[in-house]
Amino acid sequence: MSALQVQGVSFAYGPRQALQEVGFNVAAGSFSALLGPNGAGKSTLIALLTRLYDLQHGDIHIFGHSLRCEPRQALRQLGVVFQQSTLDLDLSVQQNLAYHAALHGLGKREAGARIDEELARQQLGERRHEKIRALNGGHRRRVEIARALLHRPRLLLLDEASVGLDPASRLALNQHVRTLCSEQQLAVLWTTHLLDEIATGDDLLVLNRSRLVAQGPAGELGDDLAASFNRLTAPAPQPMEVGR
Amino acid sequence: MNAYWYCLQGIVQREWLRFVLQRSRFFSALVRPLLWLLVFAAGFRAALGIAIIAPYDTYITYETYIVPGLACMILLFNGMQGSLSMVYDREMGSMRVLLTSPLPRAFLLASKLLAIALISLLQVYAFLAIAWFYGVQPPVWGLLAALPALLLVALLLSALGLLLSNGIRQLENFAGVMNFVIFPLFFLSSALYPLWKMREASEWLYWLCALNPFTHAVELVRFALYLRFSPLALAVCLGLTLLFAALAVLTFNPQHAALRKGS
Repeated sequence: MSALQVQGVSFAYGPRQALQEVGFNVAAGSFSALLGPNGAGKSTLIALLTRLYDLQHGDIHIFGHSLRCEPRQALRQLGVVFQQSTLDLDLSVQQNLAYHAALHGLGKREAGARIDEELARQQLGERRHEKIRALNGGHRRRVEIARALLHRPRLLLLDEASVGLDPASRLALNQHVRTLCSEQQLAVLWTTHLLDEIATGDDLLVLNRSRLVAQGPAGELGDDLAASFNRLTAPAPQPMEVGR
Repeated sequence: MNAYWYCLQGIVQREWLRFVLQRSRFFSALVRPLLWLLVFAAGFRAALGIAIIAPYDTYITYETYIVPGLACMILLFNGMQGSLSMVYDREMGSMRVLLTSPLPRAFLLASKLLAIALISLLQVYAFLAIAWFYGVQPPVWGLLAALPALLLVALLLSALGLLLSNGIRQLENFAGVMNFVIFPLFFLSSALYPLWKMREASEWLYWLCALNPFTHAVELVRFALYLRFSPLALAVCLGLTLLFAALAVLTFNPQHAALRKGS
């Protein structure tokens, strides 16, 4: 069964089309990278996948559950790290995680055990009582990942999670998520506009100007991924004026 | 069922933690009504005689008259401020965490409104305690009887605030709505003057006040504080709470703001 099936999804902000007939699958336990330049429609797609926006056309299934028909079952399978940090800066690491656990209907005892487990996995156990404001960008992202995994989802979405991090932290975060993916058989959809976050073995989806323009193993795009990406995302040629 | 209970607990706890962290919010919420009680009411005591009107059994001081209105003023400001925080949450993205919960959106929003209302009640009772020591002493059982009335009014005003915030594009616009909503609601009500006083001044002003939902909110609390019951006030408050809450939930949609920006 696919972890994620996106079928013919289109979305428009009024007259502006943000996504057109986008369709793809993410296999269970795989690492997929959704690549696209800024404004390609990645964040809109994430908003639709997380049901923040209502679907206008098409459907999305998460582990077989339709977001249209069974949103609760679908959302239970889903963990999300948004592009913009959604942590409460004035609350501690533990308080932020406990809030998320409650939103997913976990009781205090169960939530406590899972928080311990996730913080240990993210190597943040000693920082549990620190306020988010006191953490650096990399650690904040790790807290967000811990939070996203707290309700034990089988699909993890990361929307440009490395934005704002220095190169070393970006690389460490990327490696960390890959490790989680392989150790926990977690399906991951990693959206980015940075080519160096993609490995040749990844399932690659390239989104440009609201359409999915390429799909397949990253290695098959050619030896020079950057050249392929530039070709795929090149601006449309301007219409020439003739006959003047 | 447990999942709903844990979720509600979590939302209330977060609101409580944020409240504890923002102690200045607590004090500023108290300063406003206390200024009205200790300064404004003291000055107007001589000028404004209060006749015997329900629910009071005897002549009362002006301070005694305005305490229920000032308690509702706290709820009004908090209800609007709570909604302001939801606009802020929506803009800053933290609302997304709430909305990606698998529990129904209507339940999540209702829990948020209840959490805002419960925090407001703490401030109201802190104000009533200070007013008690100042000499405004309703029956002790009245303080208990007023609890459900205050909770209903808090929910009514929070739901109204959420409904208004749904129509706001950006955080900055909320200030304008505050001026056009809070002040007219408060001043065109029975919070500061009894309706018969308004009628003496102007017939149309009287009708504006009589039709103002906030007047009914104030009267519900006033009657409850003095162990009396106003069926009309209860009916209006209950009906409007359900109406505003339903409209707020139906019109709440984070993609509306995005669609408006895109259009």
